[in-house]
Parts: sequence; C-alpha cells; structure tokens
Amino acid sequence: MHTAPIAELAAALAARSVSSVELTISALERIGAANHRLNAFITVDQDGAMTRARAADAARASGKAGTLTGIPVAHKDVLMTAGLRTTCGSRMLENFVAPYDAFVVQKLSDAGMVSVGKTNMDEFAMGSSNENSFFGAVRNPWSVDCVPGGSSGGSAAAVSARLVPAATGTDTGGSIRQPAALSGICGLKPTYGLCSRYGLIAFASSLDTPGVLAQTALDCALLLNAMAGHDARDSTSLERPTEDYTRQLERSLEGVRIGLPKEYFSDGTDAAVVKAIDAALKELCKLDATTVEVSLPSVDLSVPVYYVIAPAEASSNLSRFDGVRYGHRATRYANLDDMYRRTRAEGFGAEVKRRILVGTYVLSHGYYDAYYLKAQQVRRLIAEDFRRAYDRCDVIIGPTSPTTAFKLGDKVDDPVKMYLNDIFTVAGNLTGAPGISIPCGFDARGLPVGMLIQGRHFGEASILNVAHQYQRVTDWHRRVPPLAP
Amino acid sequence: MPLSLDDVQRIAHLARIEITPAEAEDIRNKLDDIFSLIGRMREVDTSGIAPMSHALDAVLPVRDDRVSEGDHREEFLRIAPAAAEGLYLVPKVIE
Repeated sequence: MHTAPIAELAAALAARSVSSVELTISALERIGAANHRLNAFITVDQDGAMTRARAADAARASGKAGTLTGIPVAHKDVLMTAGLRTTCGSRMLENFVAPYDAFVVQKLSDAGMVSVGKTNMDEFAMGSSNENSFFGAVRNPWSVDCVPGGSSGGSAAAVSARLVPAATGTDTGGSIRQPAALSGICGLKPTYGLCSRYGLIAFASSLDTPGVLAQTALDCALLLNAMAGHDARDSTSLERPTEDYTRQLERSLEGVRIGLPKEYFSDGTDAAVVKAIDAALKELCKLDATTVEVSLPSVDLSVPVYYVIAPAEASSNLSRFDGVRYGHRATRYANLDDMYRRTRAEGFGAEVKRRILVGTYVLSHGYYDAYYLKAQQVRRLIAEDFRRAYDRCDVIIGPTSPTTAFKLGDKVDDPVKMYLNDIFTVAGNLTGAPGISIPCGFDARGLPVGMLIQGRHFGEASILNVAHQYQRVTDWHRRVPPLAP
Repeated sequence: MPLSLDDVQRIAHLARIEITPAEAEDIRNKLDDIFSLIGRMREVDTSGIAPMSHALDAVLPVRDDRVSEGDHREEFLRIAPAAAEGLYLVPKVIE
C-alpha cells in the first residue's frame, strides 16, 4: 500500500488508515535499501523529512490538510532547496547549500508534500542517460546494466522503483519525458511559463521547464494543480486563471482526433517501440478516438536547432560559475583570469564544457547570424509545422524515444549519438507546448516503451485526458520493476 | 569547415576554460561531430522568417521599480569561496 500512486495514498491519509510519518519512514527505508544499487539520490534529508511528516500529520489533525498533504516527494537536484545541499550533479556545486527554495519546491511544500531528498541528474541537466553526473551514473530499475535516461534520471529511477510516489524534474530537451519513458513511468512537461523557473539553476532559459514524474496521469494532474501559478520573480512566468488539470480526465475520447506525424514513424525507431505504439493507438481507437496522418516537415531539424540554442544560452548562464560568489574555486592559480580558467576546468565535466564551447563559438563575433539567428528562424518554422498540424488534430502521438533503455557506456563517447535520443522530445521545448510520456508496453528484453502525447499550448487537460483514459483500460503503469525494493 | 586546435584554444579562452594540449584533440573531434549535426540546419532557406526567441512570443512584463528583497548579504557571503569584511575576495587585479 505504501508504494501506491498518490491518489490512493491521499485517500488512505484522508481515511486515517495511514499517517504521513508512516509513509515517510517507509519511503526512507526503501531509499536506504535501494540507493546503493540505483544511485537515484544525491542527498537524503532524513531529519527534515520526518519534521515535515509530523507537521503534515498535525495539519491533518487540525483539519487543514489538502489532497497532497503528507505525501512524500523528491526533488531533482537542479531545484534549490533552502538550507539543503543543491549540487546540480556537478563538482562545481558539490558543497553548495541553497539560500532559498525554488518556486515549485515552495509550492509543493505549501501543499503539504514531504520532501525526502534530492535526486541524481546529468550535470547541469545536460544529458540523456544520467551518466554525466559528478555523483556517478544512475541505474535503471528494470535492468541494472541500463541507463534510466536523463537528465532527470534519478527522479525517474526513484519513482520507477517505487522509492517515492512522485518527483520533480526539469525538461529542456526531453529531460522529464525521455527518462520517464526509459524507466516505465509518467513524465509531464507542462507549457513553458506555466510553472515558474525561479530557483531552477538555469541551463537554457528559453527552454527550461519544471514538471513532474509520477506513476499515473491522474497523479501528474494533481501535482500540476499544486505547482502551476504566476510568479513575478520569473519574467517568463505567465499570469493565467487557475485551472483544475483533473477536470477533463473522465471525459470520453469520442471525437478526439489523434495526429500521427509521418516523420515520427520512419526508419530509425526500434521495431519493438513502433509495435508498442501501434498497439496503444489501437486501444485509443477502441475508446472512440480517431487518428489522422499529419506532417511536420521541419521537425527533423529540431535536434540541430536545439544544439545551437541550448548551448548558446548555457554558455551565457554558466558564466556565473567563476569561483567568486559560490561553488568551487581552484586551489592554485596565478591571477584572476587563471583562477576563472582553472576553476571552470576543474568544476565542470566533459559534456558541460563541450556545450559551453559550442555555445561560445556560435555566439562569438561573426558567427551570430549564421548560427543563433538562423536557429531562431528555423525554430519558428518548426513551431509553424505544429500550428498547422493542430488544425487537423487535437493531440499528437508518437514514441517518446526511438529506443528503449540502452546499456551504460554505450553512447558516452559519441555525443551526437546521445543527442539523437531526444529526436521526438526537443520540438516540444522549441515550441513550448506540453507533452506527457506514459508507459505503453515492453520490448523483448522486458524494458519499458514510452508513448509521447503532445498537445497545444495550455492543452495539459487534453493530453492528461487521453493518458488517463488509456490508463483506465491498460495496466502498463502498474508494472513494478525487478529492482524495486 | 573542421576546427583547428587553435580554434579550440581560442574558444576555450573566450569561455575561460583551461584545456590542456592532451585534451584538445579529443575535444576538437567531438566539436566537429556536433557542428556537422548543426550544419544541417544552416542549409535551410529562412529568408523573411522572423526569429523566434520565446516559445509564446510573449512580451516581457514590466514591474514597478521598488525594493522587494531584504538584506541577504550575510547569507550570500556565507556561501562564497572566500570573503572577508563583507566583501568577496579575489586575486589582486591592479598592481
């Protein structure tokens, strides 16, 4: 019962058949039992968690509990947590204690959720396998030899192995949806601007999006209800009327038009992935949805465009790590310039350095128009493709990732091969539209396949509706991996 | 056009990241791979297309110019690698 989805835990808490202290102790025990194998957590906040759990139980006793009060949650270590170490998976911030909470951390805490610790991630959220962490690779709970995906790999493994019912993540090019797919859980990237980026250590500011990883679409909706909202401290945070993201979950799929981009079903995607998606589409048609072929002619340029825009913004954002105000500083240096150079050489890992170098190059004198401006123009072509496609459909469905989880070490020495993992997810960041990955089957080796449901801007309720209706008639999301404690 | 080792050192200097000669070759090869991936984008005809810098083409909001934060000097100096007397310490800049 302690490993059930949030909606069931919330009902048990409301019925007083379990307490937050019990749920929290049980989560901490599972983390203790599994973390040496999975390496999903960088920091476990045992004392803080117990304090918050007791406060949640007290709030409930005095009639002040909401739906999420007392439910354990873990935060990706890119999100600042006041008084608790926030490393971003980097040596640069190995001992950095955040002076304030990120907006989304604060919102979930205000909702009464019990934070139990910080999850492992690719350094500065740059990666698709979680092998770029200074704190070591994370293992996939479905196969100890495989990666969990990235960059929110620790959050994905923690939820997949049922260590916690939910975890936050951030998605800049697929970093919530892809690890959710490879780890067999749900991962929701909301519309850009819906959840404030305040306190999210910046990677690519025009793309970074906080979101959630959980077992079910319903749970994702409940979490988004608590996380969304305007925040004046993030200039890209949107002021919108409050929405209940659960409101359309029970709606029939009759009349829902599913767009199938022909570009998503071409060569290069594993046969087992295509087979699982085809079967899922048949299920959705049995629920009275219809399918229509659409075309996204520029979508194959998403990865090249992304690898200009994201590194460009990263090179600017990461210039703040200079060994002066916070983070690592080299011990030996000749002068100020040498201190910067050595601090950054020691503090950053190989992939982060590569992206800073790419970004520095494309923004350097004489190259701006040919790269950054060009990328922003092609970005608009991609956004126009989606706009036209949505004239003919309500949601767009395809695989989340071209393959299931791959072996540790398989792609570490080939950045371009690694980047192509995000071929189906990056467009969602370039356009800013929402997407959810949900489990829809397994390959022959027993590794999960993820289905990506994308929607229009602010179409969270629609994609959650499709995901929830699918989960009502299937049980892929209930399968528990062999490495769960 | 492939990068030279001098290009790599020039970019590394702009980015203030020290790269040893031993690392430079591998970095150059990987950057070349990345730039050939990016190169596919450069062939597209984008004449007349307005650049898209924001997912929703939203206009940045303005706010009143007023103090909204208290004094966090102590908290922020506490996490600095070197600080004294309310100041960040760096190596001598002016001889």
